[in-house]
Amino acid sequence: VALTTYAAASCAALRRELARDPNVVVVGEDVGRGGVFQQYKGLQQEFGAARVIDTPISEATIVGAAVGMALAGLRPVVEMRVVDFALCAIDEIVNQAAKARYMFGGQGRVPMVARLPTGLWSGSAAQHSQSLEAWFAHIPGLVVVAPATPQDNYSLLNAALECGDPVIYMEHKELWGLEGEVTEEKGELGRARVLREGRDATLVTWSRTVHAALEAAQKAPMSVEVIDLRTLWPWDRETVLSSARKTRNLLVVHEAVQVGGFGAEIAATVAEETGAKVKRLGAPRVPVGYSTPLEDEARVTAERILLALEKL
Amino acid sequence: MPTERDVALYRTMARIRAFENAAEEASRGSVAAFGASLSRSNVRGPLHLSTGQEAVPAGVCIHLEKTDFLTSTHRGHGHTLAKGASMERMMCELFGRASGTNRGKGGSMHIADFSVGMLGANGVVADGMPIAVGAAHAVKIRGEKRIVACFFGDGAINRGPFLEALNWAAVHRLRVLFVCEDNRWSATTPTDAMTAGEGALARARAIGVPGEAVDGNDVFAVDGAAGELLAKIRKGDGPQFLHAITYRFKGHVSVDAAAYRDKREVARALENDPLKIAEGRLASATVKRILEEAQAEVARAVAAAEAAPWPAPGEAYEDVQDAGSGRWR
Repeated sequence: VALTTYAAASCAALRRELARDPNVVVVGEDVGRGGVFQQYKGLQQEFGAARVIDTPISEATIVGAAVGMALAGLRPVVEMRVVDFALCAIDEIVNQAAKARYMFGGQGRVPMVARLPTGLWSGSAAQHSQSLEAWFAHIPGLVVVAPATPQDNYSLLNAALECGDPVIYMEHKELWGLEGEVTEEKGELGRARVLREGRDATLVTWSRTVHAALEAAQKAPMSVEVIDLRTLWPWDRETVLSSARKTRNLLVVHEAVQVGGFGAEIAATVAEETGAKVKRLGAPRVPVGYSTPLEDEARVTAERILLALEKL
Repeated sequence: MPTERDVALYRTMARIRAFENAAEEASRGSVAAFGASLSRSNVRGPLHLSTGQEAVPAGVCIHLEKTDFLTSTHRGHGHTLAKGASMERMMCELFGRASGTNRGKGGSMHIADFSVGMLGANGVVADGMPIAVGAAHAVKIRGEKRIVACFFGDGAINRGPFLEALNWAAVHRLRVLFVCEDNRWSATTPTDAMTAGEGALARARAIGVPGEAVDGNDVFAVDGAAGELLAKIRKGDGPQFLHAITYRFKGHVSVDAAAYRDKREVARALENDPLKIAEGRLASATVKRILEEAQAEVARAVAAAEAAPWPAPGEAYEDVQDAGSGRWR
């Protein structure tokens, strides 16, 4: 057990896998200097520039090459800097990485972990602040992970590295410095964590808003069960549905734009399967503004979650 | 006197021609497009024929070992056959059968045979290029001697991955032979009309990938040029570029009659048939025998494909992903 940051935890997970399997490589811009968030700190010095590979600013080819590496037997970890830039490689993610195993009839697989840091990031404006997890959850062939704590960033990155299929791994840019205890706990894709038990309402969320949700739950006048979904695809239906059957009220919260967000999938499933009352809270359908008051309009806070809980 | 190599090159071309003709025949009414209406056919969906372009895969792939890698395009039957895939399993794939190379999941546009290093045709123009570069990067990391042959069309040079992949291969000095199989047409648009500057080879050279242009209808010329470029790659000179100029005999897809093309242009191209050119070096008895053998082989492939089992519907859920494969709810 050690106290470490969200960024350092992911770095430790990657270091372990690089040491264990010579087929693991890292591919992306600026990884040799540790990555812009220091989530690759020291790895090139330790494992060499042949395995921790600095690349041109060629997002499409970073992902496309990773697919080729994977089909040739490597296990690439892809760095996209922010999810917004991964849109330059959306074709390679959706049409190549996600499809190769299926359309080639299982002849090849793409055990690629693509790191697409997500979310608001202190005044980064409309092209560096988006939360696009629903796009990827929509695509058959992809696993989608969104850890909220240093422990999960260690355990789930390990699980993602062992997955064998393409994983869209979405770390939140405002969580890099978050400190927490990290143990060797094994991560499991598709397993949510109940962070707080409650009787009156189920609050499902992931990534940064997990922390806002916990704060809101503590202040709420009713007893709120808080579930960190952790993996969006596959998502832990059993944990969410059994909680909703107990509380009969569901609030799903995410930082992504509410319209067409993954919260809609969860709310619809809970309504279909349990008849519980459902409500969603996500960002308004506006780009993220630069100026603090504008950015704050797109921020899902504990206060906004409390208001939503009161309306349940 | 024709050499064994001449005969081998011609045989590859004859097998591709026979395959394309049979696939075309089996695809009548395969898709409602270009004014054609849909009817029941063994080959479904868009079928992109490489008829007329046979000399390019034949002349390049004669240099490749089974362990070398190849990436291809939506017009990829020739590359797949020339790399050594089984004609019967390919035809089964086009017919959507369980015994196909891809178990019926890919069809013509995604045909692949990893057992011979053929890492897939591709439904997106230029998208095979980054994949080829990645495979070559894996080769480098592992210190292997494999070559990666990356086939793409003239239309691909106007997409971003062309620049990205060539630059990446040059920066990392990867063992890639880029082969621009230039059939002059981007779907129904003449590529020249949509391409500024000096074209494919000049662009490659500007990015730092040297190469040469060759008559892509002369299989012996393609063989010679590919051999020289591959020798440079094997020597450690980094990626090389082969611009092979050929012509697409058929439309963009099999149901496209390509009436938008100048009749004289097409007539000239048909005169310049790569098989006819190669026949100049071969005894007529040899030509006859090879064509008959190719015909017989493709007839067996079609018969086998017609008789082959369909995939079970449950196969739709296999090989999606281990964690969270979908199902009806």
